[in-house]
Amino acid sequence: MIGRRSFLITTLMSFGFAFLYIPILSLIVYSFNESRLVTVWAGFSTKWYGELFQNEQVLNAAKLSLEVAAINATGAVILGTLAGFALSRFRRFRGRTLLTGMTSAPLVMPEVITGLSMLLLFVAMEQAFGWPSGRGVTTITIAHITFSMAYVTVVIQSRLASLDVSLEEAAMDLGAKPWKVFMVITLPIIFPAILAGWLLAFTLSWDDLVITSFVSGPGSSTLPIVIFSKVRLGVSPDINALATIMVGIVAVGVVATGLYLQHQERRRERDVQAALASNG
Amino acid sequence: MRPVSAGRWAVISLPYLWLLLFFLVPFIIVFKISLSDIRLGMPPYQPMLQWVEAQVVNIQVNLGNYAFLLEDPLYRNAYLHSISTAAISTLLCLLIGYPMAYGIARTDKSWRNLLLMLVMLPFWTSFLLRVYAWIGILKNNGLINNLLMGMGLIDQPIVMLQTDFAVYIGIVYSYLPFMVLPLYATLEKQDITLLEAAADLGCHPVRAFLTITLPLSMPGVVAGSLLVFIPAVGEFVIPALLGGPDTLMIGKVLWNEFFQNRDWPVASAVAIAMLLLLVVPIMLFQLAQGRQAGGHP
Repeated sequence: MIGRRSFLITTLMSFGFAFLYIPILSLIVYSFNESRLVTVWAGFSTKWYGELFQNEQVLNAAKLSLEVAAINATGAVILGTLAGFALSRFRRFRGRTLLTGMTSAPLVMPEVITGLSMLLLFVAMEQAFGWPSGRGVTTITIAHITFSMAYVTVVIQSRLASLDVSLEEAAMDLGAKPWKVFMVITLPIIFPAILAGWLLAFTLSWDDLVITSFVSGPGSSTLPIVIFSKVRLGVSPDINALATIMVGIVAVGVVATGLYLQHQERRRERDVQAALASNG
Repeated sequence: MRPVSAGRWAVISLPYLWLLLFFLVPFIIVFKISLSDIRLGMPPYQPMLQWVEAQVVNIQVNLGNYAFLLEDPLYRNAYLHSISTAAISTLLCLLIGYPMAYGIARTDKSWRNLLLMLVMLPFWTSFLLRVYAWIGILKNNGLINNLLMGMGLIDQPIVMLQTDFAVYIGIVYSYLPFMVLPLYATLEKQDITLLEAAADLGCHPVRAFLTITLPLSMPGVVAGSLLVFIPAVGEFVIPALLGGPDTLMIGKVLWNEFFQNRDWPVASAVAIAMLLLLVVPIMLFQLAQGRQAGGHP
């Protein structure tokens, strides 16, 4: 009996999952509603999807968001991997505590504070050096990299912490240069974590409204900024259609990544077992 | 002295310099501007240092913005209301999240990953759109009211949107995954034999939970609560979309000072005051993070 779920726990757990999924399901169902009044059912229709794909403003914003999110994810993965590596492999260096603080504070820092401080920095820099001139894609990307690299650092750091250091040490003893050890041994092993970090940074950027609002300029409206200005005017069915498309893409992406990572994990376990068997 | 390799230096300094420039320095600038006066023009604040003559610098420090925050009850109420809203939401999050994390940790191993994926999935979809979904559910002619009136339970719609209740729901809904994951991480690691021993000695399951499971899961409770509480204090989107015009939250106040009143110095003072308020919780969070993350000497 011990260690099994009780009826009460199962009920509470189902309630929790229902709470998580009913709003998302309601978004999807009402995206196929004929009526403009989002919550009054008036028959099945896909016309809001057609309307969405004719909305130039939404399409341009989506394109800009994709661009920023992809550049951001790549930059955040590079900086976040370096930071995660430094924190888990170099035990002592000057200012280690500060680096730890600067990589974990962005995880909880209220976005209005980060957004305001980044904007004031960009304005001060422009006054002092004339760069960045005005605000737009460059400033948005820099701001996004700064907060999303913290998440990548956590992912990489926890993966490296669970990794057996003896592999790297063995290669080092055999005379491999640190750079080569990283490229040939560490990088392939932590690749799933890097992929997860890239996707996480991409999503955070794609989704960010508050920080982006502070550091964006005229003509650089990302998708969340366009959605927010539409939503403030009330519910509208084409936003439901957009939400449904996004949920669909994410669901496929998360399931595919989950299966891929599970496959990698199984292969790794098989390899380890094969290695042990050949030794014995 | 040990020679420091160039590679090691590069690995540390690249992210270090980036964070110093784009994360730490901005706070100093915010503090500086919170001490300056508003002016017309761009940027809309007085410079702190002014060259009066060739060699004389006039340093202006203006504490007026902070005095203004203390005098106007609007700001004090906004701070207090933000803290109480964040605290209530965190508690609700814990009440919903704990049974979920506990249930997942006690599920067969083969199903656990699927359930965890289901907890994470909403987090990967747009935060903004998930908050938007609640407008359709809570509004006067929304899902809940239509359902209740259709069943004849009420004749008048219950006003739920634009209330504090809607803000609690929004925060709990948006931050629930951040509560469940750290809780699951501590509950999953727990040694089940401890509970078996307690049961063998005749301990009631409820008592076993209160004396064994709950205390052992405290690190998860603390980490999850801070992950919800700290960002919730400064939340802007949720009170802006689900709260009413009189839902005062400090994130919304800062936003309005900046975007509507264009008063950058007061907005900066609001930010610094919020930061002072959150310093202790943020330090606690860092302590919890540091304990959890590996690679420490």
